[in-house]
Amino acid sequence: MSSTASEIDRRISRDYKEGFVTDIEAETLPPGLDEGVINKLSDIKDEPDFMREWRLAAYQQWLEMKNPEWAHVNYEPIDYQSISYYSAPKSDADKPKSLDEVDPKLLETYDKLGIPLIEQQMLAGVAVDAVFDSVSVATTFKDTLAKAGVIFCSFSEAVKEHPELIKKYLGSVVPVADNYYAALNSAVFTDGSFVYIPKGVRCPMELSTYFRINASNTGQFERTLIIADEGSYVSYNEGCTAPMRDENQLHAAVVELVAMGDAEIKYSTVQNWYPGDENGKGGIYNFVTKRGACRGNNAKISWTQVETGSAITWKYPSVILEGDNSVGEFYSVALTNNYQQADTGTKMIHVGKNTSSTIISKGISAGKAHNAYRGLVRVTPGADNARNYTQCDSLLMSDECGAHTFPYVEVKNPTAKVEHEATTSKIGEDQLFYCKQRGLDEEDAVNLIVNGFCKEVFNELPMEFAVEAQKLLEISLEGSVG
Amino acid sequence: MLSIKNLSADVDGKPILKGINLEIGSGEVHAIMGPNGSGKSTLANVIAGRDGYEVTGGSVTYAGNDLLELEPEERARDGIFLAFQYPVEIPGVSNVYFLKAAVNAARKHRGEEELDAMDFLKLIRTKLKLVEMKEEFMHRAVNEGFSGGEKKRNEILQMAMLEPTLAVLDETDSGLDIDALKVVAGGVNALRSKDRSMIVVTHYQRLLDYIVPDHVHVLSGGKIVKSGDKNLALELEREGYGWVEQLAQAG
Ligand SMILES: Nc1ncnc2c1ncn2[C@@H]1O[C@H](COP(=O)(O)OP(=O)(O)O)[C@@H](O)[C@H]1O
Ligand SMILES: [Mg+2]
Repeated sequence: MSSTASEIDRRISRDYKEGFVTDIEAETLPPGLDEGVINKLSDIKDEPDFMREWRLAAYQQWLEMKNPEWAHVNYEPIDYQSISYYSAPKSDADKPKSLDEVDPKLLETYDKLGIPLIEQQMLAGVAVDAVFDSVSVATTFKDTLAKAGVIFCSFSEAVKEHPELIKKYLGSVVPVADNYYAALNSAVFTDGSFVYIPKGVRCPMELSTYFRINASNTGQFERTLIIADEGSYVSYNEGCTAPMRDENQLHAAVVELVAMGDAEIKYSTVQNWYPGDENGKGGIYNFVTKRGACRGNNAKISWTQVETGSAITWKYPSVILEGDNSVGEFYSVALTNNYQQADTGTKMIHVGKNTSSTIISKGISAGKAHNAYRGLVRVTPGADNARNYTQCDSLLMSDECGAHTFPYVEVKNPTAKVEHEATTSKIGEDQLFYCKQRGLDEEDAVNLIVNGFCKEVFNELPMEFAVEAQKLLEISLEGSVG
Repeated sequence: MLSIKNLSADVDGKPILKGINLEIGSGEVHAIMGPNGSGKSTLANVIAGRDGYEVTGGSVTYAGNDLLELEPEERARDGIFLAFQYPVEIPGVSNVYFLKAAVNAARKHRGEEELDAMDFLKLIRTKLKLVEMKEEFMHRAVNEGFSGGEKKRNEILQMAMLEPTLAVLDETDSGLDIDALKVVAGGVNALRSKDRSMIVVTHYQRLLDYIVPDHVHVLSGGKIVKSGDKNLALELEREGYGWVEQLAQAG
């Protein structure tokens, strides 16, 4: 076991050097946003011209856009000039040499969760591309992946090594001007992950990326692009943690998935960014655009998310079902406690014939928190025999919290079949008493009932991820029944 | 073992139990009979410590200690088991997981090691036979989609696994056909022992043909209006509950 672990350490250290973006003197850029900052960012990253121009064009579009106000969340306006748009480890000495150094806080959190990251992720054959602030610092198992022809690298590296793929697919699912935060991200994104699975290849391992926010006052703008070519399969896991901090911090990521004919992408997220304290002070603003396109026939994209963190979450992982018989799935657990606010859901856009989508959303509200499901099912005129099944269940842990459901259905084809079921319930006194009468204490009883409530979603997660998600819920719910 | 003295209790501010006296010795089986609404379930819930059942007077001593001081889960771990009149569904939680959590909570409390998956499975297989339940039930969510009879068997299975010192069976016979009743009664009888006391709450005498009690008490209007041996149950069956209601008014 330990020899394997040190072997992994060795490989990480080596790959880390290869995988590192560039040997820069860069520090944190001063707060502020203008064309000069974007040019500076592009300079630091030594980007090709096409990338710089893309950013500048996005910036121009963003200037003309307005902050969206329709979500069921409240927050003070964000001052975009007070945010720093780039931060990197300062010196070689600061740069991590092994996984232990990559992210001690992260490891600590996982220790607390009872899951040693190294054992659970590495020995389980998961490749990790950890993002330390804005720069990818550790990439593992590249050899195995390379043999299969899989490209899994930092976004910055992909811009240089695979510009043809970037040019072809970047912004092809989430156009620059799609929404305010997507436009901002397109202008200032710093790094993220890039995945390409060649035709007919089943990715030989689960791919996994851990993001975390490090320096204070630094907005983080990841960009992720995953392309599954015809007949390929990939399962990608994204986990996020952030240390305690008082200032609100903006996190505006864009994730684009492209599944060609007969390809399948499974994208799983466990998000526990800092939610703010019990008085609602601090916490991450998590404004994320995630979208996948089923480009070919029989393609399939599944989003599974467990969201327990962030002060505000604004997130709608979506699927555009272009290919005939393509399948979109959305499985979500969103937990809010104290003053957390979440407005999350999905969009399923049916374009091809015989397309089907499934939406399972589980909202849990505790304390004074609010949790909204917002989902759109759109069946376009050509989408014959489209099918959608939506189930939204809300569980309330206190008398002061709230759950809201906003289902939007737009059907332009008479052959469509769209089903929607929704339930809201308070955690049952009878269930709690039943558990206690069998010897479980209140906390164990709550965890048991909540985990049962989330079962259909947890079933969709890879094993180790499901265990983590379960523990995260337990930590997030400590002492919350009332 | 269990000593209830002059116990009164309110539900929602309404007095329901009005001075119950009951002494239960080790290994004894007591039947409590009474018309609907007489307070049988209330008594069971007070013994188990359910929220909302407010004790307004009297005492309950269990194994020499003040039972009313303890939280419901502490009472459970100390060996008090309530077979629910209406067993509760817990969606998404498998029966086997639930039972394992319950058994291990009790073991931990007694300072014993938690059972591992293998030992637990072995144990559960022997107990499943007792109530003629198929193993597939263990992988279904707790009581979800179970028929009335299956739910009641499941309660007895849990009792068999938890090996309580005092079991309170609340209308375990309700909703059972005669075959299911025999199975459930058989399971209960197999669990009778000199270290295990039972309170069998029932509306009908029928159950007591199969679980023969040492003592029978008749509850009416929140009081025990008559106590006797198993023949009292037969008498009740003949005379009907109108008879005890008269007794209650007279007393
Ligand atoms: N949760 C409750 N809230 C209000 N009244 C209750 C509640 N539970 C029981 N009662 C009342 O208490 C009385 C006794 O009920 P119960 O103990 O269930 O009787 P039994 O089990 O003998 O049929 C009844 O009048 C019933 O309506
Ligand atoms: Mg009753």
